[in-house]
Amino acid sequence: MDIRFEKVSYVYQPNTPFEQRALHEIELNIKEGSYTALVGHTGSGKSTLLQHLNALLKPTAGEVTIGDRIITPTTDNKNLKPVRKKVGIVFQFPEAQLFEETVAKDIAFGPKNFGISEEDAFVLARENLKLVGLDEEYLERSPFELSGGQMRRVAIAGVLAMEPEVLVLDEPTAGLDPLGRKEMMEMFWRLHQEKNMTIVLVTHLMDDVANFADYVYVLEKGQVVKHGEPKKVFEDVAWLKEKQLGVPQATAFAEKMQARGAEFDQLPLTEGELADWILQQAGGNAHDE
Amino acid sequence: MMNKLIFGRYIPGDSLIHRLDPRAKLVASFYFIGIIFLANNWQSYLFLAVFTLFAVFLSKISLSFFLRGVRPLIWLIIFTVALQMLFTRGGTLYWSWGVFSLSSYGIQNGLFIFCRFVLIIFMSTLLTLTTPPLSMSDAIESLLNPLKRFHLPVHEIALMLSIALRFVPTLMDETEKIMNAQRARGVDFNDGNLIQKVKAIVPLLIPLFVSSFNRAEDLATAMEARGYRGGEGRSKYRKLKWANRDTFVLVVFAAATIILIFLRS
Repeated sequence: MDIRFEKVSYVYQPNTPFEQRALHEIELNIKEGSYTALVGHTGSGKSTLLQHLNALLKPTAGEVTIGDRIITPTTDNKNLKPVRKKVGIVFQFPEAQLFEETVAKDIAFGPKNFGISEEDAFVLARENLKLVGLDEEYLERSPFELSGGQMRRVAIAGVLAMEPEVLVLDEPTAGLDPLGRKEMMEMFWRLHQEKNMTIVLVTHLMDDVANFADYVYVLEKGQVVKHGEPKKVFEDVAWLKEKQLGVPQATAFAEKMQARGAEFDQLPLTEGELADWILQQAGGNAHDE
Repeated sequence: MMNKLIFGRYIPGDSLIHRLDPRAKLVASFYFIGIIFLANNWQSYLFLAVFTLFAVFLSKISLSFFLRGVRPLIWLIIFTVALQMLFTRGGTLYWSWGVFSLSSYGIQNGLFIFCRFVLIIFMSTLLTLTTPPLSMSDAIESLLNPLKRFHLPVHEIALMLSIALRFVPTLMDETEKIMNAQRARGVDFNDGNLIQKVKAIVPLLIPLFVSSFNRAEDLATAMEARGYRGGEGRSKYRKLKWANRDTFVLVVFAAATIILIFLRS
């Protein structure tokens, strides 16, 4: 399922002194099965844009095409459920959305809202809890007695249980320890690879973009200022620094080496690529070893 | 939803009204609500209307805001006015049906009540639009201070008030966030009958309560860690200053009262 933005603008509280333009003529194209990253400063409009992906917000101008539905400023709020089922959003700090007595009920809540029977919803709950890396014994526990990281997993399982075609992640690893962060990002990668799930990742971490995404949109002040494959976007290190966005660690390190005379055809994005390059320079071939 | 709520919001500005001492504004607003009941004929209501509009003009805030403040209460106003019109008898009787009647007295009374509502809303909107919430809680603390003698915990009340005011926008944001998260999980907050609507609020209320408890605990810990031990022996960072213009405002209100007494019949 593709999601396409055509000249989408959004203004908060129009015609008041609090009026605020959040998005301006955004053009965006998220292809089925892609892993798209949205990056940009705080206040660049990422979160506003994200709420357009499943029609929580409707554009004040332009149109959003989600699969076969077209959302325009005049679309009414009825019958948006099918859209919301197809696009699952994991909001920032999703643990704040837990409310049921047990983990199982909470995960089953989403599917049940979309008309799946009680038993099937609990089957989904069981499966998805396993998927996010928690044991079955947690099913009957109260979500409020879990640790922060576990709550986050339960909340994500609750979104995954809706079996969305597109999964939108708003800084899913914010506030997690390094191991939890790694596990979670790898879990999303598996979903992307094995179930061919379309993923939209909003993040500040350029390493995650370099490691996982196949397309990047850079937002600034509500506008798309650059987009392309990560390789293309991270090529212009100076531009990214000027925008205070930074580059992946491996790229930053390679750039320092470049300043001291190392020659790259193209700056590496990941540690793997950097290591390959170093091996090559050492005379061997990375894939022969 | 929250975006449309204008009542209780502060619009930064630098008008005469903005610069007034919040205590003066608070006292004047309450005083105004008191004296509005003195008015009982057209001249007195006209005078009050001009008085209020002049205050609105001084605040340099566009009139549309005040009208928007009236909007959420419009049904209440219409309901009250209709009741007055339909159930008051006296003067010329134009129409009657059973207990209902439409008389000149009734119409007059209804219109007076309408004016009263609108003027009170205008004045209180003026107070909230021009006074930052924190100054308001300072003003309340300062005004309640004499009641300390009667063992009223004034400091605690003011503290709770300022914390509550501080967290109103935060909680609003949080409400909106959780609402969005639940809508994304298929909750419909506007659909269905009354019971379904009430049920739909549960996934919103529980997380809000839980996060409020957590927030309260964190805040209490942080306050203790910074040496908060209650009201005794604390100094103040924000000091209220009573200027000549504040006295002047109260004098104007007193003068208005005298004029009203003359105008009323």
